[in-house]
Amino acid sequence: MSHYQLDARRMLCPMPVIRTQNKVKTLHVGDTLEITCTDPGAINDIPAWCRINAHKFIDYRQDGDEIILNVEVGEG
Amino acid sequence: MSKSLVSKQPKAVALISGGLDSLLAAKVLLEQGVHVEGINFYTGFCVEGHTHAIRAKDKKKVKRNNALWSAEQLGIKLHIVDVIEEYKDVLINPKHGYGANMNPCLDCKGFMVKKALEWIKENDFDFIITGEVMGQRPMSQRKDTMPIIARESGANDLLLRPLCAKNLPETKPEIEGWVDRDKLYGFSGRSRKPQIALAEAFGFEEWAQPAGGCCFLTDKAYSTKLVDLWQSRNDQRDYEMDDIMLLKVGRHIRPRKHFKLIIGREDGENKYMEGYRKQYAHLHATSCVGPSVLIDGVLKDEDDFKLAAQITARFSKDRTKDSVTIEMTDLNGVSKAIDVKPLGSHEIQEAWQV
Repeated sequence: MSHYQLDARRMLCPMPVIRTQNKVKTLHVGDTLEITCTDPGAINDIPAWCRINAHKFIDYRQDGDEIILNVEVGEG
Repeated sequence: MSKSLVSKQPKAVALISGGLDSLLAAKVLLEQGVHVEGINFYTGFCVEGHTHAIRAKDKKKVKRNNALWSAEQLGIKLHIVDVIEEYKDVLINPKHGYGANMNPCLDCKGFMVKKALEWIKENDFDFIITGEVMGQRPMSQRKDTMPIIARESGANDLLLRPLCAKNLPETKPEIEGWVDRDKLYGFSGRSRKPQIALAEAFGFEEWAQPAGGCCFLTDKAYSTKLVDLWQSRNDQRDYEMDDIMLLKVGRHIRPRKHFKLIIGREDGENKYMEGYRKQYAHLHATSCVGPSVLIDGVLKDEDDFKLAAQITARFSKDRTKDSVTIEMTDLNGVSKAIDVKPLGSHEIQEAWQV
C-alpha cells in the first residue's frame, strides 16, 4: 500500500474530480491519495465520486483556504 | 422484448449532463435491465461548478456537481472526461455554425456522441444513450438534425434516445432485442410536463434545472466577451483555459483596443482573481478598499496607466473622493503607484463595457 499526493489547488469543479479520477486509475487497491484543493465544491464532489465508483472516502480537513481530502482506492 | 432474450446483459453508456432528461433516459434503460454507466464531458464551458465556486454571494448554495449527483441517484458509475483541448476545434470551426450566441450545439452534440462511441469501443460496451427529446432545443434536437448527429458522429444505429425513440427509426439495441421499444417513449416538443411526470413516476423528487442551459456559450454576455477576446487578439480564434475561466469572472472594461481590465465585483471574485497575479499585471487601491483588477493586454504609456488607475479608482470605496492611490504591479513583480481622481460613472463609456 502506498500513499500519494495530488495538487488540485486553483482548479474549479469538476477538474479536481477529473484529476482524482485519472490519478486513481494509475493506483492499486488499498493505496491512499491525499488531494489538496481550493474549490469548496470538492468537499461534496470527491466523496460523491468515491461513493459511485466504489472507492473509500476517508476524511477531509481545512487548512486556511485549502481543503485536504483523503481517499483510499477501492475495487473501482 | 421484441426478440428472444439476449444471453449477456447489454451495456450502454449514457451521456449525463446533470439535467433531468439524461437522468430519465438512463433510468428508462436501467428499468429494462441494461447495464448503464454514465459519461460526462468537460469542455471548460460547463456552467457546472465554476460560478458557484467563485462568487462569495453564492457560498450558501449547495456546491455539487449535478452529473455526479445524477449518477448517484441512478446508482451508476460516472466517467468524467476532460475534452478541453479537443473541444477548441468544435467551438472555433463549427461545421453547422452557431446558435443564438456562440453555442455550436449541433457540432457539440455530434462531438460528444463521437467521443462516447470511442469510449464504448475501448470499454466493450454495446451502445450509447442520450436524453435528447425531439423539438426540445432549436438547433440540436430537431427532427432534421437528430439524424445528423447519429450520422456524423459515426454512432449511427448505436445511438438510442430513449425519451423520443418512438419518433425515430429503430436502432440496433431495439432491433437486436437488447431493449424493448414498447417501453421507450415518444416525447416531443418543448413542454417539460412529460418528463416531470416520468420523473415523479420513477420517484425522483429533485433534479437540476439550470437556468439557460448548462453551457456558458448559450449565454449572450459570455459570448460577447469571447468574441471581444478574439477581436482583441487580431481575430485569432484561440483560447487557453485561463482565458475562458476569466470570462466568467468580474466586470470587463476595454477602454483601449490593446488592453482590458477585469474588475472583481465582490470578495469571492477578488480572491479568485488574486490567484492570477503571477500571470497578469494587476492594479489595486492602496489608500482605501477596492477591487482586484487584472490587466489583459498591455499598458503602452503613462496615459494608459493613468486611465487604468482612474477606472480602478472608480470601483474603489473612495470613488467620490478627489484622489485615490492606485498601485500597479507588472509581470516582473515591479510595482509603481499613482494618485488619481476616480472617473465619474458617466465617464465610463458604454462602448468600453464588454
